[in-house]
Amino acid sequence: MSNAVASGETLYIQHFGNEEARSLEYYLKQMKGYTALKKAFGMKVEAIVEEMKASNLRGRGGAGFPTGTKWGFIPKESPKPKYLVCNADESEPGTFKDRDIMRYTPHLLIEGMVIGGYTIGAHIGYIYIRGEYTREAKLLQAAIDEAYAKGYLGKNIQGSGFTFDLTVHRGAGAYICGEETGLLNSLEGKRGEPRVKPPFPAQAGAFGGPTIVNNVETLAAVPHIINRGGKWFSSLGAVEKSGGTRLFCVSGHVKKPGLYELPSGGVTLRQLIYDYCGGILGDKKLKAVIPGGSSAPVLTPDEIDVVLDIEPLMKIGSMLGSAGIMVVSEDYCLVRLIWRITKFYDHESCGQCTPCREGCRWMKDILWRIENGNGRETDLPLLLDIANNINGKTLCALGDAAAGPVSSFVRKFKADFEAHIRGKRCPHAP
Amino acid sequence: MAKALSKKFYDEMTKLEPRYPTKVALLLPALHAAQDEYHWLPPEVLDEVAQYIGIHPAQVREVASFYTMYDLKPVGKNHLKICTNVACALRGAEGIVKHCEKKLGIKLGETTRDRKFTLHEEECLGACGTAPAMMLNDEYHENLDVRRMDEILDRLTK
Repeated sequence: MSNAVASGETLYIQHFGNEEARSLEYYLKQMKGYTALKKAFGMKVEAIVEEMKASNLRGRGGAGFPTGTKWGFIPKESPKPKYLVCNADESEPGTFKDRDIMRYTPHLLIEGMVIGGYTIGAHIGYIYIRGEYTREAKLLQAAIDEAYAKGYLGKNIQGSGFTFDLTVHRGAGAYICGEETGLLNSLEGKRGEPRVKPPFPAQAGAFGGPTIVNNVETLAAVPHIINRGGKWFSSLGAVEKSGGTRLFCVSGHVKKPGLYELPSGGVTLRQLIYDYCGGILGDKKLKAVIPGGSSAPVLTPDEIDVVLDIEPLMKIGSMLGSAGIMVVSEDYCLVRLIWRITKFYDHESCGQCTPCREGCRWMKDILWRIENGNGRETDLPLLLDIANNINGKTLCALGDAAAGPVSSFVRKFKADFEAHIRGKRCPHAP
Repeated sequence: MAKALSKKFYDEMTKLEPRYPTKVALLLPALHAAQDEYHWLPPEVLDEVAQYIGIHPAQVREVASFYTMYDLKPVGKNHLKICTNVACALRGAEGIVKHCEKKLGIKLGETTRDRKFTLHEEECLGACGTAPAMMLNDEYHENLDVRRMDEILDRLTK
């Protein structure tokens, strides 16, 4: 179990680690379970969308798109069935929050999905969960079975006349299935290759029907918003544009890695690392921080006074992404680290777009030769050139996700690369 | 021809069918269920899945080969998949891999001669706060170090 430290009002973390929290009985008694659903059934769907907009809930999967606005994109009338899909692929390296929501508070997600389905007019929902989370898939299924048995899923939910069926669909090991159109192809029984957009999923998504894809943490916020109001949820955030709390996933060289639930925009990266996570392991020197999953460009120790939220990180050329924060001390070689990251993108590139498929491989091979003392002076401009030729030139964001980290490591930690090239060896090697 | 897949497989699929608007959508669940029976996906099983869904066997292979969790070659009884992505590497996963290679006498991607162990490197498992992590078949093991790894391997060798 990860460390769980709370600050201010929290929505999730107090239940994490509690094996009883996942039962329907606990959810009904301790968490006002399914009261939001009853409230939502008494509301006009337009009013629900307005509450969602007022909440300033922004997608927790990585893109940070306002959820209320997204829900508003679904056409009212559609000849094809509409779908609500939960993205539980959680494959961005450094991210491990959705796993705890699913294994400790699965009913929050289920209730959020029924409300979402009701709002957009979808009667079918899928939870696309990464294949490795076998235990979490079983726990979710058990919670879904309980919800069916008590009439919170299925036909005529709680006498409302609304029907919603929910199915857990397991992935099978492919990072790209976290990309929403790759996910939809995978759900349809195909290779998880991202689609050309437009059409966007809200027009033609799963099985050709209008579809909303939301992250686990996003959907789990919905019952809170309906119960206590969009304005209240918005006020949980420390900045105007970002409502609610956020689950920050901290890993790497900190004394207390784990999940930290804090107000959106409420702390700086420095506070999170030193005040909450106890500082750097072994009191070593901080070397670098990746602030938003491995796709986020790296930050230097001089940059950690940034407020952890979408705009402040964007302003300094990085991103909050899925709030997966990986902290690196002087103990690990940064060339090796960016090689590992690039090896990952090379492995996970679906291969549709040439710049990404070929570029990731080239960058990986060049980084490997630098790490092994065979690098050339011309390798650094070459890496930047390849990254530049991937960035923005692919169907989905995987290309950018591979290019951004490489250029940021090369630009910000040039001396580390040069030491490898000039010394013809890795200074960290024994 | 005798069927390679059990009644349990077909019952499970029949239960799932009404959950999807197309039959092809059952492909991933079917491959998971089939692999549960054989611990990998032999060619005749892929063919039977194709027949059940009503698609060309090549289409099944096209999809199955896209996903790393489907084993298209036999794997050992204990399939070790050790994460070496960023968070786990920072916490010593590379040393754990080396230790396993030495102890089992195989390299990454290989299976021991007695077919007891297969060793693979895995990308991020979503257990970064409890790194290093690995999967042993379907099961997560977290907060690993060489000592804990030894305990696990010793238990499995017995």
